[in-house]
Amino acid sequence: METKIDEVKPQVKYTAKDFIPDVEVRWCPGCGDYSILAQTQRVSPDFGELKENIVWVSGIGCSSRFPYYMATYGFHGIHGRAAAIATGIKLANPKLQVWIATGDGDMLSIGGNHFIHACRKNVNLKIVLFNNKIYGLTKGQYSPTSEKGKVTKSSPYGTVEFPFNAIKLADAAGATFIARTTDRETKHMQEILLRAAKHNGLAFIEIYQNCVIFNDGAFSNLTDKETKADNILLLEHNKPLVFGANRDKGIKLDGLNPVVINLNDGIHSINDCWVHDEFDDNPTRGFILSRFTDIPGMPTPIGVFRQFNKPTFDGDYVNQIEEVKAKKGKGTYEKLMFSGNLWEVN
Amino acid sequence: MAKITRIIEDVTVRFAGDSGDGMQLTGSQFTDTTAIVGNDLSTLPDFPAEIRAPAGSLFGVSGFQLHFSSKDIQTPGDTPDVLVAMNPAALKVNLKDLKPNATIIINSSAFDAKNLKLANYETNPLEDGTLAGYNVIAVPLTQLTMAALEDINLSTKEKERCKNFFALGLMYWMFNRPLDVTIKWIETKFKSRPELVEANKRALQAGYNYGDTTEIFTTRYEVKAAELPKGIYRNISGNEATALGFITASLRSGLKLFLGSYPITPASEILQELSKYKEYDVITFQAEDEISGISAAIGAAFAGALAITTTSGPGFSLKTEALGLAVMTELPLVVVDVQRSGPSTGMPTKTEQADLLQAMFGRHGEAPVVILAAQSPADCFYMAIEASKIAIEYMTPVILLTDGYLAFGSEPLRIPQFDELPEINVKFRTEPEGFYPYLRDENLVRPWAIPGTPGLEHRIGGLEKSNIYGSVSYDPENHEEMVKIRKQKVDNVQKIIPDLQVEGEQEGELLVLGWGSTYGAIKEAIYNVRQKGFTVSQAHLRYINPFPRNLGDVLNRFKKVLIPELNLGHLAFLIKGKYLKDVIQLNKVQGRPFKVSEIENKIMEVLGGKNGN
Ligand code: SF4
Repeated sequence: METKIDEVKPQVKYTAKDFIPDVEVRWCPGCGDYSILAQTQRVSPDFGELKENIVWVSGIGCSSRFPYYMATYGFHGIHGRAAAIATGIKLANPKLQVWIATGDGDMLSIGGNHFIHACRKNVNLKIVLFNNKIYGLTKGQYSPTSEKGKVTKSSPYGTVEFPFNAIKLADAAGATFIARTTDRETKHMQEILLRAAKHNGLAFIEIYQNCVIFNDGAFSNLTDKETKADNILLLEHNKPLVFGANRDKGIKLDGLNPVVINLNDGIHSINDCWVHDEFDDNPTRGFILSRFTDIPGMPTPIGVFRQFNKPTFDGDYVNQIEEVKAKKGKGTYEKLMFSGNLWEVN
Repeated sequence: MAKITRIIEDVTVRFAGDSGDGMQLTGSQFTDTTAIVGNDLSTLPDFPAEIRAPAGSLFGVSGFQLHFSSKDIQTPGDTPDVLVAMNPAALKVNLKDLKPNATIIINSSAFDAKNLKLANYETNPLEDGTLAGYNVIAVPLTQLTMAALEDINLSTKEKERCKNFFALGLMYWMFNRPLDVTIKWIETKFKSRPELVEANKRALQAGYNYGDTTEIFTTRYEVKAAELPKGIYRNISGNEATALGFITASLRSGLKLFLGSYPITPASEILQELSKYKEYDVITFQAEDEISGISAAIGAAFAGALAITTTSGPGFSLKTEALGLAVMTELPLVVVDVQRSGPSTGMPTKTEQADLLQAMFGRHGEAPVVILAAQSPADCFYMAIEASKIAIEYMTPVILLTDGYLAFGSEPLRIPQFDELPEINVKFRTEPEGFYPYLRDENLVRPWAIPGTPGLEHRIGGLEKSNIYGSVSYDPENHEEMVKIRKQKVDNVQKIIPDLQVEGEQEGELLVLGWGSTYGAIKEAIYNVRQKGFTVSQAHLRYINPFPRNLGDVLNRFKKVLIPELNLGHLAFLIKGKYLKDVIQLNKVQGRPFKVSEIENKIMEVLGGKNGN
């Protein structure tokens, strides 16, 4: 891994409990959000940050209640604006580790503009998108990630619009850590959260999250015992793309087209499989991977699609300030006001 | 030949030409030089919304007006004494504004058939008697400039562009001004292109010499230095003063200044200006949109910065929801609205005061904020500091209203010493013992507990919170209590704002009450009326929410109250609603400031010529 995990700052030893505030959590029983909260609290002690330096920011939606349930600093914003609020926090105090809890409506619909621009600038923020493909808090309208044709309260005859592919969008916009996990893959989620924490730059994690009330089973093919193995593709660095209950299916790149191959058909072997490279500088393969969910018959990848280093917005901003200070010297009131064309009246 | 120099008290000059003629530059150079020689002054740029409107067209005319004087003045002047018209369109657009007998310096080189047609002149006004009654001085500026630059290695187009410096040189001669300020500016500006330095300097000098040597100019004028209070001065525009005021507030409070902003006319200069001052730890975040600008500022306020956002009408509307969040989270935030003509895109480069009621009421729910309004370009400096102080000390959003007239207009600022300025007390909470996010002090102000402080981890946001404890609360009584607390907290700001001062008699027949940028015009109008022997008083509001404590009392001391404002009656509405006081309105919504004479005439009408002697 490229990020330097051993660069952990000296810190107090925390346990998960230190991140659990004394409030009642109010999501619907069985909501996938509970798992995300639990995994986050479990790995927060390993984020390498003092608790007082962690800030959770959110917008509006079920997921956006998240900051209230973390015993760190938290800011529950307004609909869609979490990325903008978080950018302000990070710029004002770059020492803080700033996380965003958001949903598909919050971040990809009303907050779409802030999302792409935070990605473009590579602000050092960690965005955790709870994607349940539905509007939960407003009780069941389709969202920008609902699949075309989806019947919901506001689309009784099915939607006639195409969904966003969040991974594709984040990558195209400029995020430098792009990953997916699901609310059921607890260990996997912990690992992804931890890696996002250590990433220097905009980390984007899409978590498929089951909304038991309005979109129950949206991800059942990825979570049910019988179907899971054939539908989930675990991305691991330097490992061939292999999946299936018997690990007998692989992904091969046929030109720019991914195809599923049968590893037991006597024709193909593990050597034909695409070997995943998380740190690939070239975005092409990451893009092809992100499209798997748009191609019928392909498994859904989870894991880190891509991670690479690029200067961060906040880092460069601080550097620029320091450079100017070094050149001009620290500003004073006298230099500020008594400059330009002055004249004296006696 | 002998030339006469006449000493005069007060002159208004307007430069007018194509948007591409460099009139704003010419005007501001003349202003800088005028400032240096110690006149009091006030400026009013007037330019089209189009960046480079088609050459010669009427709608492409750009103007810059400067009023300078050896006495104390308040406005850029109603009617110019001197017009410099670079082409027929500039003449046509500005002629009606001039004083009778005004001097018009005309670039006769530009009065060809094509330009005359573009300006809708059927015959040449230089020849057809249109200008009878004016003192017309036709000078082939373009031609003379070309001749002066003949041996310089520049394209014809580049040489022609220097003609504004020729005109400027001529005006410097006419008003007895030194050339050195402009020469220095030229040398710095075109440092990398020596041939442009040479060309512009030569054009400037040639213009000056032309006045000195030719016979068409017989008289030059001198305006002596004004008697201003002692001190060191600089000329400053409203936008510049606003920017410097915030940096000063940052120095005064010891807080990092954070601006979240999206470019918009006429507020962009504040963003541009602040972006220069990195060595002051100023962070300027040019956001992806207006909403992001204010949201980022709210985030920065949460993180402990002096957070501001700057905008104009359309952007102010977009920021509305986020402003409610700042009210709810009780964070310090300053929103500067440089008002312009609306609604919608309206007339972006023109001034208006029609956002007051939006500032007051334009949010959902009970969402009171503090509202301040600057009264002159230099006052923007002080009001930016005042807005920052109130925001920080009362943990509340503050709206600072300026407008296009103040933003682009300029006047001398006597630069105060640092310790003459108000103190700004920042109290970050650090003590975990007994901490709750919505604890209240005697002014109902909650603690500012910023991320990074151990033991104070807490969550705030847009949902209603229980008082003191700050947990999410849907309790009906608590909500009502919080609504009242937020209102009372804003009202408590009254404790630190100065009483409203009445200039003139403290009671009587008529009070003229204004707010914001109309100060200068009202003041001059009242001066004129009083010169005629009438009695009328002035009071001007810089604090609009809350109003100064004594406002009701002041209103009751006068039989009549006249409120001039550049809208259809916003302040009048507030005064009538709050004090049940009937008022007389004078309203103007033409995208232009009041002329002194308009206010003067209204005062005379109200007084009915009655109380004079
Ligand atoms: S509505 Fe859906 S997403 Fe919201 S809390 Fe309930 S289950 Fe979770």
